[in-house]
Amino acid sequence: MTQTLEHEPAVAEAAPAPPRRRFSRLAVRAFSILAALALWELLTAFDVDLWLHFDRLPTPVEVARDLGYQLGTAVYYQDLLDSLRRIVTGFALAAVFGIALGTAIARSRGTADVVQPLLEVLRPIPAIAVVPIAILLFPTNEQGIVFITFLAAFFPVVVSTRHAVRALPVVWEDAIRTMGGSRRRVLWNVVLPGALPGVFGGLSVGMGVSWICVISAEMISGEFGVGYRTWQAYTVVDYPGVIVGMLTIGLLGWLTSAAVELLGRRATRWLPRGENS
Amino acid sequence: MSLRIENVSVHYGPRAVLSGLHLDVAEHEILAVTGPSGCGKSTLLRALAGLLPVSSGRILSSDVPVRSASAERALVFQDDGLLPWRSVRRNVELPLAIRRVPRARRRAEAESWLTQVGLTGYEDHLPRELSGGMRQRVQLARTLAGSPRVILADEPFGALDAQTRTAMQRLLVEVWGRRPSTVVFVTHDVDEALYLADRVAVLTRDGRLAKIVESSRPRTAGPAVEAERTEVLDGLVAA
Repeated sequence: MTQTLEHEPAVAEAAPAPPRRRFSRLAVRAFSILAALALWELLTAFDVDLWLHFDRLPTPVEVARDLGYQLGTAVYYQDLLDSLRRIVTGFALAAVFGIALGTAIARSRGTADVVQPLLEVLRPIPAIAVVPIAILLFPTNEQGIVFITFLAAFFPVVVSTRHAVRALPVVWEDAIRTMGGSRRRVLWNVVLPGALPGVFGGLSVGMGVSWICVISAEMISGEFGVGYRTWQAYTVVDYPGVIVGMLTIGLLGWLTSAAVELLGRRATRWLPRGENS
Repeated sequence: MSLRIENVSVHYGPRAVLSGLHLDVAEHEILAVTGPSGCGKSTLLRALAGLLPVSSGRILSSDVPVRSASAERALVFQDDGLLPWRSVRRNVELPLAIRRVPRARRRAEAESWLTQVGLTGYEDHLPRELSGGMRQRVQLARTLAGSPRVILADEPFGALDAQTRTAMQRLLVEVWGRRPSTVVFVTHDVDEALYLADRVAVLTRDGRLAKIVESSRPRTAGPAVEAERTEVLDGLVAA
């Protein structure tokens, strides 16, 4: 057999930046954050009142002190875990049902005809506007909040799954079917893995919207949770507490989004992409 | 397994892609199908595979009407037919899994097919890490692992450079010689058609059969007989 077994690496390795330039870039980034903190300290410590009332805003030092205090209390972690539990439950439900429904709509005309008009009517309603109804319908506030979180992530997941499944090249399905594969085989071995990159786009968006909604729902109807605690701090004019709450929300949002991103990268490692993308 | 295409027409909306096509493919024959772009060659293969219902006429596979896709008639694609998230080995294992070969035997069988197409050592690579020619070897191994009785190939070597293409043609002949099956091979390349096939069917632009040219020396090395070449080319130009 005459053959040329050339092995072309399809992914060009991005050349790593030289260490000195990398260090200086890191320094610039750290400086940018420190400068912002310093500006905040200056504006608040000198009670600057230039149309914006910086004199009422707590200083970074006050916020740090309050954060240090809260980190030592059990209720801080209780709130954190409550919010996380709501997010994880709502988001997981949204992922499962969203992927299932999105796939069903894309693969079956009947399902699309029945479900899609309903979805199109409901989709423009922001999940947070459903809070009163959720409070009315669900036996407990807790379930209502999880439902709002679910709803927020559900639509982005459905829509992105539907698009991803519709965009699949037909050759993969043809290949499986001419191997004698059943519909179920096509679903599990072609449709779901092939749609995964698009689905993860929807999951990322969904995670972001979920956080917005869980916090808002907690502010309106919660018992415990970071959103509830932040709103409580506001009602007793405890502004350092509000900012600690905001930072906590930011951190949790970032961590959960990073988790989805990481999971997505691991699940779609087969995609051609550069090292830095 | 023989194939019979009886007065087959396929319409996409008002447009006829195949019209009144008659063709017989004998058991263990290699039939090449060629014709101008858009003459329904791919449509013909998908109809033969049972993926596309015909508008009129019928397709018989060993005298049984084709109604749906089956493992007996495998399709081979030009490129990108492999599942990109599965390693080379797992791609070849797929038809074995569908045939319910026990897991323990799948691996050994897949590796044996990969050895036959000269890809030992690449089992754990992803398709994107291979060259186009190597990917087509994997596709060939995957197709053969399903042990189909009919292979429907849609320009499988069309995207390869001349050298790799020649190597792949020889590999196909070698593998086919060891385990003959009925092959319908769509190609734009007249020399490839005359080298591989017993007969070359030329289709017209509107999906009719223009002519059939017999190859006098199928699967023997050396240039095609000039008269046959001219005949196929004349058919293509007239089409």
